[in-house]
Amino acid sequence: MARFILQRLVLLLPSLLVPLFLVFILLHLAPGDPAAVMLGADASPDQVAALRERLGLNEPFLIQLVSWLKQMATFNLGESIFLRMPVTQAILQRVEPTLILTLYALVIAVSIGMVSGVISAVNRGGPADQVAMGIAMLGVSMPEFWFGLMLILLFAVELRLFPVAGYIPLDRGLWQCLWSLTLPALSVGLVQAAFIARITRSSMLDVLGEDFIRTARAKGLAGRVVIVRHALKNALMPILTAIGITFAVLMGGAIAIEMVFNIPGVGRLLINAVSRRDYPVIQGIVLFMALTFVVVNLIVDVLYSLIDPRVSR
Amino acid sequence: MSMAAHEPGAWAEPRKAPFLAKLFSRTNVIIGTGLLVLVLATAFSADLLAPADPNALAVQNRLKPPSSTHLMGTDEFGRDVLSRVMHGARTSLVIGCAVVLVAVGIGSLLGLLTGFYSRIDMVLSRILDGLMSFPGLVLAIAMAGVLGASSSTVVIALGTVYMPRVARVVRSSVLVVRELPYVEACIAVGGSRLYALFRHVLPNVLSPIIVQASFIFSYAVLGEAALSFLGAGVPPTQPSWGNMLAESRTFVVMAWWMAVFPGVAIMVTVLGLNLFGDGLRDALDPKMRER
Repeated sequence: MARFILQRLVLLLPSLLVPLFLVFILLHLAPGDPAAVMLGADASPDQVAALRERLGLNEPFLIQLVSWLKQMATFNLGESIFLRMPVTQAILQRVEPTLILTLYALVIAVSIGMVSGVISAVNRGGPADQVAMGIAMLGVSMPEFWFGLMLILLFAVELRLFPVAGYIPLDRGLWQCLWSLTLPALSVGLVQAAFIARITRSSMLDVLGEDFIRTARAKGLAGRVVIVRHALKNALMPILTAIGITFAVLMGGAIAIEMVFNIPGVGRLLINAVSRRDYPVIQGIVLFMALTFVVVNLIVDVLYSLIDPRVSR
Repeated sequence: MSMAAHEPGAWAEPRKAPFLAKLFSRTNVIIGTGLLVLVLATAFSADLLAPADPNALAVQNRLKPPSSTHLMGTDEFGRDVLSRVMHGARTSLVIGCAVVLVAVGIGSLLGLLTGFYSRIDMVLSRILDGLMSFPGLVLAIAMAGVLGASSSTVVIALGTVYMPRVARVVRSSVLVVRELPYVEACIAVGGSRLYALFRHVLPNVLSPIIVQASFIFSYAVLGEAALSFLGAGVPPTQPSWGNMLAESRTFVVMAWWMAVFPGVAIMVTVLGLNLFGDGLRDALDPKMRER
């Protein structure tokens, strides 16, 4: 098992390195002096020179590359130019809402997506299938953040069931916190449920055509047992892959949703950093997202080998 | 690409007419095409048909609900929402097209190379996988942050993010086609590998490329809206659906029309592209159906 995990880790390394390299290279290829861009139009040449020195921009490209690699490997991400605090600290302060939102949305997406996908597959071509797949088609065709705005209009403005925006931190109670995140999680979660429903349906349809399903039915097993124990269990692999992808999409979607609902998370930190050209923060968040992605996919890989032991051999 | 098309006798049947008949035999494709024609017509005729100048300010008319003079109401500067939605169609389609050109152009080239040359494949495919696995929107935002927000940044960022998907699909088709006898024959009679790749492999992997193009288009429309919404896309002065939704956020409680209509426009466009793309995929490449 340890060897299997190590192998997967090596395979996941590009997901970590490629986005980081891309941002680093863009930073050096982009027209203009990053230090001057960061400080804005009214900075004095002395200030620009000082910042260039601090960021190590005066060194040759290769030296910069090596020192940058060292920084990334030790998580020494430098200091935010505007927040005046280490980047790691700035990210850690804002991780809580983003992580809870993503997990909450994942639970919504997986449960609703898998249930409606299975129902669709079992009633293939019937009214339930057509309605579910029609809704799923609409779901994959709209931006999450717009769906979020519509949920605000309906549930917060008209029905007044949920707060319009804002976040209640976890230390003020789990229910309070989840309450404040319900609309945001529904906005990202339901749109992703559409994606998972489509995958679940097609994967289930493949399995339902197999001989062992007919055998199970023929020997008199109850329909529900056949569907859940025999069919769904064998259809789980593509669904699990979809869930791994979903997690990455949810993290991305969470950014826009944090802006819609005014949630002080990593996404809003990123958007603020982009508008101020706070490069160390941008780079730090890319590293953070890539690391999260690697960890999640490692978990997915381990789950694979638990569902189907042939994988790890 | 299925083998059947290359058996003798497959040449005898005329290809074009049955293909179109097959494509338009499904209600979904007809609905999708209808939606796309609507969006295209709007984008082309926005100058003629839009009831007002999309940028004309009229502060005395600000935040007016939909009425007979302003069918979709007005925004916080008194601009006509309908006219802005119509001109926004143009922004979305132009950027969508450009992203498709970048992503499909570079993606197909990389897919051909990685599928055909296993040595290039080893390195390049790892890089492409790394690029593909990362949340696309985050990467696009980060790129916009480094390059500065503008229309061309949106195209570069979204093009980079979607290009690996095209490359991966093209690569898997090339892996099948390169083993077919006619490719071997071409090399056996003295054609160079590069010639075989572009003269014989490329034409036979065109259908997955076309299918991908339609899906990339729909991702690009969604991606542009998201980037503009977050202030990392097209400049706020330009009418764009994402920008309009960004402005609507402040006024959502009192001016629902500002939030509803641009979003409906996005959904109509993307739904049209998805329905059309699904139909194309089923008609061109039945084997890809389950994806």
